[in-house]
Amino acid sequence: MKMPEPDADVIARRAGIARALGKIVPGEGVIDDRAALRAYESDGLTAYRQPPMIAVLPETVEQVSAVLKYCHGNGIKVVPRGAGTSLSGGALPLADGVLLGLGKFNRILDIDYANRCATVQPGVANLAISEAVEAAGFYYAPDPSSQIACSIGGNVAENAGGVHCLKYGLTANNVLGVELVLMDGEIVRVGGRHLDPSGYDLLGVINGSEGLLGVITEVTVRILPRPPSARAVLIGFPSAEAAGDCVAGVIGAGIVPAGMEMMDNPAINAAEDFVEAGYPRDAAALLIVELDGPEVEVDHLVDRVAGIARELGAASIRVSEDENERARFWAGRKSAFPAVGRISPDYYCMDGTIPRRRLPEVLGRMAAMSDEFGLRVANVFHAGDGNLHPLILYDANNPGELEKAEAFGGAILRLCVEVGGVLTGEHGVGVEKRDLMGTMFSDEDLKQQQRLKCAFDPEQLLNPGKVFPVLHRCAELGRVHVRGGRTRFPDIPRF
Amino acid sequence: METLRPTTEDEAIEAVGWACQGGHALEIVSGGSKRGLGRPAGAEVLLDLSGLAGIALYEPEELVLTARPGTTLAEIDARLAQHGQALAFEPPDLGPVLGAGPGLATLGGCMAANLSGPRRFKAGAARDHILGVRAVSGRGELFKSGGRVVKNVTGYDLCKLLAGSWGTLAAMTEITVKVLPAGEKLRTVLVYGLDDEAAVDAMTRALGGPFEVSGAAHLPAGIAALSSVGRVRDPGSSVTALRIEGPEPSVLARTASLRGLFADGHAIDELHGHNSSAFWCEVGEARFHAAGEGILWRLSVPPAGGAAVAGRIADAFEARAFYDWGGGLVWLALPPGTEDAGAEAVRAALGPAGGHATLIRAPEELRRRVPVFHPQAPGLAALSERVKQAFDPRNILNPGRMGGTP
Repeated sequence: MKMPEPDADVIARRAGIARALGKIVPGEGVIDDRAALRAYESDGLTAYRQPPMIAVLPETVEQVSAVLKYCHGNGIKVVPRGAGTSLSGGALPLADGVLLGLGKFNRILDIDYANRCATVQPGVANLAISEAVEAAGFYYAPDPSSQIACSIGGNVAENAGGVHCLKYGLTANNVLGVELVLMDGEIVRVGGRHLDPSGYDLLGVINGSEGLLGVITEVTVRILPRPPSARAVLIGFPSAEAAGDCVAGVIGAGIVPAGMEMMDNPAINAAEDFVEAGYPRDAAALLIVELDGPEVEVDHLVDRVAGIARELGAASIRVSEDENERARFWAGRKSAFPAVGRISPDYYCMDGTIPRRRLPEVLGRMAAMSDEFGLRVANVFHAGDGNLHPLILYDANNPGELEKAEAFGGAILRLCVEVGGVLTGEHGVGVEKRDLMGTMFSDEDLKQQQRLKCAFDPEQLLNPGKVFPVLHRCAELGRVHVRGGRTRFPDIPRF
Repeated sequence: METLRPTTEDEAIEAVGWACQGGHALEIVSGGSKRGLGRPAGAEVLLDLSGLAGIALYEPEELVLTARPGTTLAEIDARLAQHGQALAFEPPDLGPVLGAGPGLATLGGCMAANLSGPRRFKAGAARDHILGVRAVSGRGELFKSGGRVVKNVTGYDLCKLLAGSWGTLAAMTEITVKVLPAGEKLRTVLVYGLDDEAAVDAMTRALGGPFEVSGAAHLPAGIAALSSVGRVRDPGSSVTALRIEGPEPSVLARTASLRGLFADGHAIDELHGHNSSAFWCEVGEARFHAAGEGILWRLSVPPAGGAAVAGRIADAFEARAFYDWGGGLVWLALPPGTEDAGAEAVRAALGPAGGHATLIRAPEELRRRVPVFHPQAPGLAALSERVKQAFDPRNILNPGRMGGTP
């Protein structure tokens, strides 16, 4: 992975930079010891490692602003980091960059039940928000699988999803406001406790900006009343086609489940070996359909889902009878990644989205690729919204196998785009999918995105090397070249 | 004003390219239902997108629809209804309230304005339903963003940015939206006689409980009297309305338990399917204010404080307000001729809890002088101006419509 050329001049000034940052963030807030810096050398995408030049852990928004202003004034790159659980390398440090850790921003500032929102600092863990409002009967809906550890600031930066986003939306749909510090130190507030901010929908691009537009220092999220009940239906199918038909059948019947997950046979068996969730080992595909809401609604919809499944040739159908059983049904799915980790020394988790009905075809072609690359693959799938997580099994100790896994992964993502899907559903582009952006976007598409980046960070000091395969200078992007349009278009109807 | 009416994407590129080249300011319209909203753009040429019309793709089982911007909402609604689906954000047709008449509203206009109806707080806004877009920037360059799948974080979500940009960043040529199953069954619980504060409290309790309310509005008596629905219009008192949708057994159970919240002596009633639909349509489109020429404001505020905000404004003016979004959306009418549309007082009334006020209807002369969209803090305003530059460096697309440099 090629990152921007480190600036030797900045690295030469390292000691002075650390001293200057130490004046802004006193005490233990600046880390320049090389051994200690190793703690920050990678995020959840551990294939890439690079210790930062310096790490700084501010505690106040004023400190964040001052750190950014100093770095801006001195031409120093900055990589923001939340809990470091990114699976796309969004927080991968730079050799000549300051790593800005938001871990000390860990307070819940306000819970406002009347307005159904909570204002929290960015380092608060996703699950901690739900826990804080649980006693009052509320929760925060987006639930990425790393929700115990991942921070809400990182969720905003990556527009994180989770199994329940089919019904309740991604992070972007659940954030009302943020406080954001721009690279030049300017602090801006967007939105608040009301719906739909005035002016341009900057929240819409800040969510999913992967740390390239600003540093988030406060987030206001919506909280929802917890549904009174939930039940999960576990359905085994003899073929992926039948499972895919069932997903289409449920959606076609006008049912929007709280979650609808699919696992293929290798994933079913890995999970079963690991947690004994009671999955049918001989099923080619397993669906977990969760319905939530008032008991009467859940019972009604469970019957309808079971009826659809039966009609489409389900080999087994089980409905959770209590909370313990529901949790057990989910345990296998939720531990799918570590379960696969037990059957292979390493695995590489992909994250493409496809139109739902192309699933059987995509699974078929993926199986063919698996033979071609000589690497096994297990599939877990947010079937309801078409988000695939193929897990490519490999052994990094075998020379060349990581590269082979990456090539396989790239081929899967190109396949997703080919069938009308996208490169990433919820993990982000980061460094991982950066060089594949051209398969989905034209140069013009990417240049327009970079122009937006230039509006926030014209010197491109914030998290450079992520998302965009080619870095253009903002001055160059700003030039207007008009092609055609020189004549007054005889063909357009005029009045 | 001269009009350009492209009928293909290439023609749209050519038209904007020409305008960029020569620095000609364009006013972008499709149906024209909202031309009277916003600061009058200082445009010399009308770019009429109504020729880019029609549904290009609709896959009910994928919950996705792609259409060109000039496609009317009526056409989309009719097509979706054949499959029991709908645009869940209930795009309102503001034509009647803006004096342009009903039925003109298009998908392009509704997305450009990010307008959402009563289900906003539950189902999301227009911007939450836009999956992909093709558009021509003010540079005369075509770009696309997003895709046609629900879950997508590949690159910045420029679709959301274009939603609510009022045609000041790009001219959209194709829009892909998420569609959803329409609720099978629909009921509305009506509670009579609450004052504004009590109504907002009641809506807050309903929305904080396990009822999955999908609409929460309050009409003071004077507004309720203007409803087309007898059970709202005739009792001669205020009406607080709570909507319940979903599968039949669930709707019946939730309606019953919601009624239980008001068992302590309030007069209550219920609207069923047809009346419910008519009622929520007139709420979403603020039809009660359709007659007349008065000043009309739309305030988005923290919902629990909605009545207090409206109360502060009513202390200063003869204001007539009603509430949607559980109190979070206040439609507020002021008498014609109110000096400066009461802008300073209306915006000051929001107070430290925040929110914003948009001047929906006012004479052109006023909309030139008074900021139609809520003024932003300097840092945010400067950032927004740089965003505008990033898409439209020569300021040719609806210049000044949202404020900024005309």
